[in-house]
Amino acid sequence: MELKVVRTPLTTEVVRSLRAGDFVALHGVVYTARDAAHRRMIQAIVSGEPLPFDPAGQVIYYTGPCPGFNHYPLGSCGPTTSGRMDGYTVELLKLGIRGMIGKGERAAEVRAAMQEYQAVYLATIGGAGAYLSRKVLRAEIVAYPDLGPEAVMRLEVVDFPCIVATDVHGGNLYRDNNKGAI
Amino acid sequence: MRTIQSEDITRAVAVAAIEANTVLPPDIYQALRTAYEKERLPRARYLLKVLLDNADIAKKEGLALCQDTGMVVVNIIIGQEVHIAGDLKEAVDEGVRLGYRQGHFRASVVKDPLIRVNTGDNTPCIMHTEIVPGDTVRITVFPKGAGSENMGRVAMLKPGAGEQGIVDFVVETVEMAGGNPCPPLVVGVGIGGNMELASYLAKKALMRPLGASGPYPELRHKLLESINKTGIGPQGLGGDTTALGVNIESFPTHIASLPVAVNLGCHSTRRCTREL
Repeated sequence: MELKVVRTPLTTEVVRSLRAGDFVALHGVVYTARDAAHRRMIQAIVSGEPLPFDPAGQVIYYTGPCPGFNHYPLGSCGPTTSGRMDGYTVELLKLGIRGMIGKGERAAEVRAAMQEYQAVYLATIGGAGAYLSRKVLRAEIVAYPDLGPEAVMRLEVVDFPCIVATDVHGGNLYRDNNKGAI
Repeated sequence: MRTIQSEDITRAVAVAAIEANTVLPPDIYQALRTAYEKERLPRARYLLKVLLDNADIAKKEGLALCQDTGMVVVNIIIGQEVHIAGDLKEAVDEGVRLGYRQGHFRASVVKDPLIRVNTGDNTPCIMHTEIVPGDTVRITVFPKGAGSENMGRVAMLKPGAGEQGIVDFVVETVEMAGGNPCPPLVVGVGIGGNMELASYLAKKALMRPLGASGPYPELRHKLLESINKTGIGPQGLGGDTTALGVNIESFPTHIASLPVAVNLGCHSTRRCTREL
């Protein structure tokens, strides 16, 4: 399977070059955030406080990893269901987030906002957490340590495999009758 | 009367929790391999290969198969000739605590469903007990992730809906779930009893190895065929392989009822059984 090499942070040019169905090998920094961290980030936006990282061009990875041990900076770290983050996503796209990694379908309003703000949604392999942990070179908590596995972490990844699920040209790999995201 | 110390229960649960989370059951591994060999869509084949590699890496390195090491369901079948010395529920929770700490697994349980503060040690577990004749204790540790658990459904069908009503409901559940429960799935179906028993039967169906004997072999076959015809495929990204297998558990029911529950298991449906 041929992989397109993509480096973070993402530029408009790179985002526009990606098409639903493309296989991607991601290199660079991504930030983890899932349910509880999204709630906190939205609270921060509402109260005018800064986000845990500068969102311009960044990629958010929806994961709550197992802790690292021995020579692993991080344990198992596969994606969680992206649909649960739909309600928070448009606000983050407005602030410059250019990519999201997760699994499963996104809501129509998120797909529309992705076109408006030029962002891409990448699916990685749900349940392949051990395999994906080998693609993480470094991991550090940057915010909300009290959330445990839901803290925001900065990951440096190399050859991290993804499939472009939703692109900015209206391409969407998930079936139209996939209504299950909650 | 045979006495079993609660410390032995703790130890068995801890060992089973580590094995369940790091070693894919052989029947599931084999089903993934068969699916990989049969699958026609290249993207789906790639994904199935990654899942096989994932199981190999997890086993070799002692890593969790999936970061969602789940809320743990522990099913204990207790022979009525057995006396357990000590607090059984506390012994089982201590086993979960110990296994998850030693395994470096994620803690995924919040103390209160609305206040949502992580308990930090993945307890409490959900424990079911059954009392049967005999003098042994059989413990099944079943860590269940939320991606798949959130996609389960129960229906109280009219008896007239019959077999076709069950097929329609199960397939609809799988279609609504799409890629979220991490297909290819193991589909557990509970039929009969009442509302809460049907749900429990669906979970018990997932605990049974694939292809093992069970009720309604023809219905199971029909369900598997219908589910795989949806084309949802591995990860919901298309393909021939949407489910690895369907298991059914059933129970007598009321003259006016046909309860059906569907509990979806992901491609890494994890379980480990220890007998004391």
